[in-house]
Amino acid sequence: MKFTMLYSDGLLFVLIAAIFWMIKTIRTNPQTAKKWRYVFQTRVGCGSFIIIAFYLLIAILDSIHYRQALVQAPASPVSTEIHYSSEVKSVLDFILTDVKANVETTYSAPFALYSFAKENQTDSQGRVYRDYARLKYAGSHIVDPTNQTNDILVRSAIALGQGLIISLLVVGLINFLLKRKLNQTTSYLPLVTIYCTLSLLIVLNTWAIQLGGVYHIFGTDKVGTDVFYQAVKAIRTGVLIGTLATILTLPLAIGLGISAGYFKGLVDDVVQYVYTTLNSIPGILLIAASILLIDVYIETHQADFNLTIERADFKFLSLCLILGLTSWTGLCRLLRAETLKISQLDYVQAAHAFGVPHRKVIGRHILPNVTHIILIALVLDFSAFVLAESVLSYIGVGVDASMNSWGNMINAARSELSRDPTVWWSVTAAFSLMFVLVLAANLFADEVRDAFDPRIVKAGIFGIKRKQAQEI
Amino acid sequence: MALLSINNLSIELAHDNTQLVKQISFDISEGEIFALVGESGSGKSLTALSILRLLPDALKISHGNVMLAQRSLFSITEQMMNGVRGKDIAMIFQDPQTSLNPVQTIKQQIGEVLRIHQGLTLAQAQPRIIELLTEVGIPEPQSRLSWYPHQLSGGQKQRVMIAIALACNAKLLIADEPTTALDVTIQKQVLTLLKQLCKRHQLAMLLITHDMGVVFEMADTVAVMRQGEIVEHNNTKDFFSAPQHPYSQQLISSLPDGSFFTNCATEQPLLEVSNLHVWFEQRKGLLQRVNSHTKAVDGISFVINKGETLALVGESGSGKTTAGQAILNLIHTTKGDIAFNGKSTSQLSARNFMPYRKDIQVIFQDPFSSMNPRMTINDIIEEGMVSLKVEPDKQQRQQQINSLIKRVGLEPEHLYRYPHEFSGGQRQRIAIARALSVKPKLIICDEPTSALDVSIRGQVLDLLLELQQEHGLSYLFITHDLSLIPQLAHKMAVMKQGKIVEQGPTQQVMQNPQHAYTKELLSAVPKIQSAT
Repeated sequence: MKFTMLYSDGLLFVLIAAIFWMIKTIRTNPQTAKKWRYVFQTRVGCGSFIIIAFYLLIAILDSIHYRQALVQAPASPVSTEIHYSSEVKSVLDFILTDVKANVETTYSAPFALYSFAKENQTDSQGRVYRDYARLKYAGSHIVDPTNQTNDILVRSAIALGQGLIISLLVVGLINFLLKRKLNQTTSYLPLVTIYCTLSLLIVLNTWAIQLGGVYHIFGTDKVGTDVFYQAVKAIRTGVLIGTLATILTLPLAIGLGISAGYFKGLVDDVVQYVYTTLNSIPGILLIAASILLIDVYIETHQADFNLTIERADFKFLSLCLILGLTSWTGLCRLLRAETLKISQLDYVQAAHAFGVPHRKVIGRHILPNVTHIILIALVLDFSAFVLAESVLSYIGVGVDASMNSWGNMINAARSELSRDPTVWWSVTAAFSLMFVLVLAANLFADEVRDAFDPRIVKAGIFGIKRKQAQEI
Repeated sequence: MALLSINNLSIELAHDNTQLVKQISFDISEGEIFALVGESGSGKSLTALSILRLLPDALKISHGNVMLAQRSLFSITEQMMNGVRGKDIAMIFQDPQTSLNPVQTIKQQIGEVLRIHQGLTLAQAQPRIIELLTEVGIPEPQSRLSWYPHQLSGGQKQRVMIAIALACNAKLLIADEPTTALDVTIQKQVLTLLKQLCKRHQLAMLLITHDMGVVFEMADTVAVMRQGEIVEHNNTKDFFSAPQHPYSQQLISSLPDGSFFTNCATEQPLLEVSNLHVWFEQRKGLLQRVNSHTKAVDGISFVINKGETLALVGESGSGKTTAGQAILNLIHTTKGDIAFNGKSTSQLSARNFMPYRKDIQVIFQDPFSSMNPRMTINDIIEEGMVSLKVEPDKQQRQQQINSLIKRVGLEPEHLYRYPHEFSGGQRQRIAIARALSVKPKLIICDEPTSALDVSIRGQVLDLLLELQQEHGLSYLFITHDLSLIPQLAHKMAVMKQGKIVEQGPTQQVMQNPQHAYTKELLSAVPKIQSAT
């Protein structure tokens, strides 16, 4: 077995390291720590954070890639060199081995025992007839199809029991750890919400693993692959495209937007010129053209990409880069306008009167007062990029077809939804996983913004919202 | 017979029953001007809004009744109430800039009221609109009918607002700080107009204000509100000659005494401004060529001696603030010279000006925008000390900050709070501490008290005076409020349209003004002729 590191894996790990570093620096600053504490004090903030963390966990599991050593053919001469499989697997693949391996011939509905399409079959007397075939893997342990409901119920009950036991253990462990630590540091957490969200996630997971092994809980697609497996694999694509593209837009938008608004004059003219020019080119066209260029590059540099997954990864990263480079104008414009406003305020004038250098004025007075805009834009962009990916897949310039993504799944649904009876499960699976992620991200951002806006003092800490009281 | 009578009115916050207005009662009869006085947050505006039933949703009327001409306003339907608003009771708001619709002509805006309440079309209403405009003193009303609000001056806008209020012959006029946003001379005109109209039409007026001078000149009856209660209610004459409640006494006594003048302290010049010009370029066309200049400051000269205060007086737009910014080297000086301690500073680059930053500091008008909401008070005060290297040692610096904050009347534990946790007066004290932190010789005070309530204004001014005595500071005191000047300034200069029209020792200018504009300014200030 050999670990393989894709570029996007590396970036994800850098991202996670950055998050840990951020947490560490926040802990040293009591004021910022207090604000983050407000975020986690709210039930919505805590719950949505756990869900985001869960998505992130799946993305991490799916980013630890390895290649298995091939078993040496007995006939071949013994050599010390070990050959590795060309198939790159991730830890998530390992966990979902059963689900992944159960490939049917074509479409089948969730929990179905029979295929979605009729097939030619031969009966015991050798006559050929046409009917819905039993699925190869799903429910193969069931002899009498009428028992299926019972089987599902029994398995669900077992899964529920297992899930509850595991969550009890986890909750107990967390409780034990929290009790041992200083009481006052953690007493603000809404423990009931945390435990409920955790238990819900654990129960859902055990249920999915328990039933996913023997049924296709989200059905199968055209070539018989499990839709649940596809949708879960797509989490990594969604999370990565959202975060990487957003993070790429930030330095451009913040740097150019703030300097345009702060320095005005020539700098402002140049920045405005650049973003109006960029904005006047249709974004989709620019992205499509760049993706085609990337395709040509991959074709002409075959030697650099040994594995399919490496090619897919390279294309994926280029997509993030292009999306980031074409979408910074909106935030840049907002930041420029806000900086123009703030730089006229008395406190910036006061800083000038104290001879504070420009970089400090920007860092201390301007940037902290536009963070709420950046935070909101970050989340809106995040969801927009997840959606943009599916639009791009629709016109064929999205991520590589070999890569699982919600965009590819929704794209496939174009033809599936026009069939009769409809194949609805593929789009539903993609939609629900995407919906939960985007919703959680939006709710979390709302809480963060409320906590960091100094004009809103949260209820429950000072009794009433101060902002309201002052306006009256 | 009272036209409007309010009985035991109480208003509270809907979600936690905090009482904001507590059981107040008063009557207003026809032709009476009733002044409701109080500091911000005392419940004056809430009372006015509840008469019209226009309270925000977060508030509710918990108790009491309002009767207009024997009809209870709290028991009629919303639709009937709409017939009362604008027809029987009209309201004039504080800021004429925001209360007129910028995309409608004057004719449309006055005509709207007539259309709603009297069913007139715009053409039918035209003669009445012209009559109204003539009555409120807008020249050439015929040709101004099709003007938009931005073509009118601030005072004229307020006159249009009054015309709208008068359109349907309302019986009661509610004026919520009608002149606060206006300059003194225009304030005088608008107040005179309002008073004339009340007498002519037998209008009752509820005048909400915080300015005791306005009350003295306008009102027949005064009610003082404090923390939601009426603490004193009397006719104006008796009220000013013998205030009963300690709070009213405090309000009247915190008014600056106009008969006391301070004398010049030294003769050592600290700041010499000679022939200062600040012109802003106006660029036009494709190539952004400079085609004209806005002459914000147009050749002013003055001298501030050590330990002395110069008051720079003028109406808004006269270039006072620009002159202050030019001295601070925050904007470029077009022509002329500024010399600090005998050395010219006006043409220095940002880097070469750095040594002077320590010596010249500034206090701004608005205590809410002058501090970064995301920095603690400690960081705010420390920032200047660090960047100007006043005290390199961290512990020493902290000690100095602690003693500064105590000096301006706050506690050291306040240092770790954020600006929004303080009131306007406290914030202004922090701003003073921040300016003092670098041990300046000259502080430019840009209307430091105009956003504050009367009693707090007195405290802040006293603090500034004490600090001047202690540290031998010089002040350039920029203000539009002439009543503050006698007790504060040694010299004064009157600015108009970028030029100084008159300057000299305060006593001389105030008591024996030479220039016509100075005379006009001085006569426009609402004064209280104390009966004692």
